[in-house]
Amino acid sequence: MYGKGLRTLSIATVALLAVGLSLVFFYAPIETNQGFIQKIFYLHVPLAITALVGFVVGGVFAIAHLRSGNRKWDAYSYVSIHMSVIFGVAVLLTGSIWAKASWGHWWVWDEPTLVSFLIVFLLYATYYPFRYAIEDPERQARYASVFAITAGAFVPLNFLAVRMTQSLVHPRVFATAEGGLPNSMLITFLFCFAGIALLWVTLVKFELTAKSASGQVKRLRRALDAPATSPSSRVAPEVS
Amino acid sequence: MHALLAAAPALPLGEGGKYVAGAYIVFVLLLVIYVGIMAAKLQRIERELRDLAGFAEARTQGEEAAPGREEASSNV
Amino acid sequence: MTPSRAAFAAILGKDLRSELRTLQSLPAMALFSVTTFVIFRFGLDRTSLSGSLAAGVLWATLLFAAVLGINRLFVAEREEGGFDAIRLAPIDRSVLFTAKATALLVYLLALELVAVPIFSLFFLDSAAALGPLVAVLLLADLGLAATGTLISSMAVNSRARDLLVPLVLLPLVVPLMIAATGATEPLLALGGPGYHRFGTWLMVLGLYDLIFGLVGYAVFDFLLED
Repeated sequence: MYGKGLRTLSIATVALLAVGLSLVFFYAPIETNQGFIQKIFYLHVPLAITALVGFVVGGVFAIAHLRSGNRKWDAYSYVSIHMSVIFGVAVLLTGSIWAKASWGHWWVWDEPTLVSFLIVFLLYATYYPFRYAIEDPERQARYASVFAITAGAFVPLNFLAVRMTQSLVHPRVFATAEGGLPNSMLITFLFCFAGIALLWVTLVKFELTAKSASGQVKRLRRALDAPATSPSSRVAPEVS
Repeated sequence: MHALLAAAPALPLGEGGKYVAGAYIVFVLLLVIYVGIMAAKLQRIERELRDLAGFAEARTQGEEAAPGREEASSNV
Repeated sequence: MTPSRAAFAAILGKDLRSELRTLQSLPAMALFSVTTFVIFRFGLDRTSLSGSLAAGVLWATLLFAAVLGINRLFVAEREEGGFDAIRLAPIDRSVLFTAKATALLVYLLALELVAVPIFSLFFLDSAAALGPLVAVLLLADLGLAATGTLISSMAVNSRARDLLVPLVLLPLVVPLMIAATGATEPLLALGGPGYHRFGTWLMVLGLYDLIFGLVGYAVFDFLLED
């Protein structure tokens, strides 16, 4: 039963996000270097961290799938990666807006974290055409798990390599996040992070529930011998 | 002075304000789009369930009405 | 000789002999590289290159030429039942991975034996950098071989396999390219080879090789399941 606890999760998510948002605009002080623009980071950074952790979680589920052979882990892996890719879009868009606000350009190559994230995003975006190209569903699930594991190993290496291209001491825009971060900002950040992370979990559960419902419908249809009225997805794994 | 700034919900739309607003709006938009897509999926599931329920009911009614009909027609 | 070693030698030997006899990948890869160099000469409107531009042209060309070879790596296995043979043999299946990766490494080195001197001929003022460049090429080739073999083995069993390899492989080798060009750029500098952060970049390359070699070896078994 995937839907169990979904309501509690949703309420908790909304509460945390509401608190976080209020803190951002009513409580957190204006940062000295960036000014008001810095407020984007309370949204952008939690989204980025959550997306990256989500990708790694997708890899962990993939390992579980390969070791157990139970296809539900593949569904978990698929949805985790799916959600992280969507969050990734949000990361890139908010990052671009921040770049425009700070540097005047909609994209900058100077910020290594954003560039690394773009590369990771591009890799995981290939997850879908990759799955779609493999017809046999069982093989598709296995290969997708291998992909998720390989990509998961890739993430830290990628961040390392891109970070190393920064030879000059770049004014670390996020120096405010490490060391010297005033408590008010830290608390705000933590609430926002908790809210976004919980949002990810809630949406993943939501999507798994929808998939499960779809799977039950198919099961019912097979049991009743009824004709199919709509085509089934060839990419997304079945949950039943 | 800092406390004053912190207390007021400042929205300096002249400078960075519109970018901050833009970022949060993008986030909300993505969320709404996602919910919309999931709503469409749920509608499809509901419709399929309705069809299946109708199909099952029709079948049980058909069996009640003529229990031997299937055997007769299979001989033809 | 253990059965795994024997299998490794057998697969590697078969692959190299087959390539030597049919010459289906290597000449194409080499020719492609040289033609691409010519295209760069006209595309960039430059007759000599140095520093980051030289490193970029060299590595981009080598990478795209490698993709040609990677696309064809498992075709023989697929068409002639090599996968089934491995499944049936009572040995560790990952030996197919190591053997094929080694074969790919040999092809890449052979490619570079042709392409790099020609690159030097076309664009470089002096060949002084070519010595230390060998270290960079070797380490980068190891990583490319590991990742390429892994992706190729998955792509060969899918539709649109020629599309899949470049699509999935290129993002995966970005860190490799970053490190390789990072090490090459000072080597090809205008004044003479420099070694700014050379050791560091080599270590990153080594790290990439290690990680993807291990990952490939570990997951390959699951790829061969029926």
